Amino acid sequence: MKSPTKVIAIAAAFATVASLAACSSGGSSDGKVELRVATFPPGADQAAYDAFATQEAQFEKKYPNIDIIGVEYEWEGPTFTAQLAAGSLPDVFTVPFTDAKTLLENGQLADVTEEIDELGYADKFNPIILDAVKDADGHLFGFPRQAYALGLQYNRELFEQAGLDPDSPPTTWDEVREYAKQISEATGKAGYATMTQNNTGGWQLTAQSASRGGFLQSDDGATSTIANDGVKATLEYFHELRWEDDSMGDNFLLDWGSINQEFAAGNIGMYTSGSDLYTALVRDFSLDPSVYGLTTIPMEDGGKVLGGGDIAVLPPTLDDATKAAAVKWVDWYYMQKLLNEDAAVADAKALSDAGQAVGTPVLPVLDQATYEESLTWIEPYVNVPRDQMTGFIDGIFAQTPVGEPKSHTQEVYALLDPVVQAVLTDENADIDALLAQADKDAQALIDG
Amino acid sequence: MTVIDERRAVEQRLRPRTVTPRRRDRSIRGWVRRGGLVTLLFALPMILVFTVYSWWPILQSIWMSFQKTNLITYRFVGLDNFANVLADPLLGRAVLNTAYFALLALVFGFPLPILMAVLMSEVRRLKGLYSALAYLPVIVPPVVAVLLWKFFYSASPTGVFNTILGWVGIPPQPWIQDATQAMPSLVLEATWAAAGGSIIIYLAALLSVPPELYDAAEVDGATIWHKIWHVTLPQLRGVIFVMLILQIIATAQVFLEPYLFTGGGPNNATVTVLLLIYRYAFENSLGGKYGEATALSVMLALFLAAASFLYFKATQKWSTD
Repeated sequence: MKSPTKVIAIAAAFATVASLAACSSGGSSDGKVELRVATFPPGADQAAYDAFATQEAQFEKKYPNIDIIGVEYEWEGPTFTAQLAAGSLPDVFTVPFTDAKTLLENGQLADVTEEIDELGYADKFNPIILDAVKDADGHLFGFPRQAYALGLQYNRELFEQAGLDPDSPPTTWDEVREYAKQISEATGKAGYATMTQNNTGGWQLTAQSASRGGFLQSDDGATSTIANDGVKATLEYFHELRWEDDSMGDNFLLDWGSINQEFAAGNIGMYTSGSDLYTALVRDFSLDPSVYGLTTIPMEDGGKVLGGGDIAVLPPTLDDATKAAAVKWVDWYYMQKLLNEDAAVADAKALSDAGQAVGTPVLPVLDQATYEESLTWIEPYVNVPRDQMTGFIDGIFAQTPVGEPKSHTQEVYALLDPVVQAVLTDENADIDALLAQADKDAQALIDG
Repeated sequence: MTVIDERRAVEQRLRPRTVTPRRRDRSIRGWVRRGGLVTLLFALPMILVFTVYSWWPILQSIWMSFQKTNLITYRFVGLDNFANVLADPLLGRAVLNTAYFALLALVFGFPLPILMAVLMSEVRRLKGLYSALAYLPVIVPPVVAVLLWKFFYSASPTGVFNTILGWVGIPPQPWIQDATQAMPSLVLEATWAAAGGSIIIYLAALLSVPPELYDAAEVDGATIWHKIWHVTLPQLRGVIFVMLILQIIATAQVFLEPYLFTGGGPNNATVTVLLLIYRYAFENSLGGKYGEATALSVMLALFLAAASFLYFKATQKWSTD
């Protein structure tokens, strides 16, 4: 008789080898092309899944040989590269404008020039936006699918509590300061707040400096120009709100997620962020839509509004069949609703039936006329309170858009986070010295 | 029997018996017969797991520290990554911050569990309850604990800690929102979170102190402090020395607290070496500086290995006496 220990040991060894082997096996479907597409942010609610199920059924009816699998995805700086390297990204995903150039230079995106040409809308894109996905040879590496401009988000309820008219949001930075002070004094909440962490401090400093005509880099991205009057004025403005007016609350370690959370909880009167934020605020942070307000960022002489957006892209490793299916999906899911009335209506209906936001203000990735026409198609399904966003909707096309700094964008933003934090947490922070140092460090990054 | 014979007989008995050594079978069959295969099979799952998840990544990261890589393309760059890291102005700051954290944790966090364990060992009733209460913070998942403390550390006058301070007339403190207070605040939470584990280890060590030592001390008229100083602490010495080096290694690698509480802020006041490593690797979503991150990791590992070696050499005499 064999010793039981031997039997157990052999079984254990087999189990280990078998389980390791199982890790590497993949699945295949019944002749259909399986396409994993980025759709839900992590933690999306049932309504988002319901909306997607409707869209999935519509798409698969049109393309019966493609099996769409919606997967959770959210672009996050820290995990993106690891996901890319590990091959765990979906077959279609989105990246922000700021990252597209570097990704395509690194050969990390599939070339879709032919596909966009075949679809016939290469010349329909807003050329400034298309530039973000074009390499030096004119090849295209993605579909710009959504653009936004920075806007001033505000809480209508706090405005009312402070005796301010929520339908007349501030139009100058002086008014913002005045309103912030009033909100703080009346409610004890932060009248005005700004992001400071995880590169968002630099991002928002860039946006507000741009509105005062101060830019971080020369147009070609070769020279750092951080130590300029616009950036300095923005930091001095923060200093006044924080130390003279005490109207910025008491949390100075905020990033995109935490500032949205605080805003949705009714603790912040005003802050700057993307114009498309409403969807995330309501869906992911449970904001009460009735308290939401959005207007344009105040502009000073020479000021421009910082824009951004994202691009639907494919990894370069897709085989031909999957790539063809992916292009069909991008065209159907992202692009047709911008171009085609039936597609726009079907998309808006699916979203609205599932209680998802329809009509959040964005910027046109095609031309303005097409964008405005598309809004008339989906009008019956618009469920976001656009009358609470008139300040932005009516004012944004009068502002001049500007893109984010071209060179080492995220690293430069990271350099500026501590600068913003220093001004907000140290009354005696030497703004000139901080800017001179940041300028020097940023130039060193650019020079590589 | 003469005396000499008797001595010979005793010597004979005392002489170690010479056993004819059996020739050790060095063949594979012999090894199998002695149970080598079964041992190996039992160990195999563990060896595989360690190889795949522990040793291989360590070797890979050493290799990566000499490469410039975005995890897709690799290029050998020699010692460039090490040079880049050493030239980074933030490195000095991170090292000082880490040392500051370690020092605060050593001064305030290290003696506390010893003291608590000694006091708890004196308790006669409900000892189990006290142990459970002391260990409770260790059971709270670290991320949850930090989020909870973040809430406690609210700088607003209505924040939990500020309200408590208000009762005794102390004005509201900015806690983690201030460059000077942020690090001590982090140490306070870290001490709270880790003390329970250390207390349990010290309590176990205290059980091995022979009671007769205390009895003897009492006979000599020792007070409770004399007993702690002259009996308990010397008896715990070995454990204390090991705990100390473990704490130094752990504090040199502090990451969770600065990452979750402050993200290294305000104004880089809580950037630690490990947070810097994390930033190299992940701050820039595009490509990251994985080479620099692993180079700094390798330097930290070498430093800690050297420090541990020197520590054990230096304390060898004390800890074994």
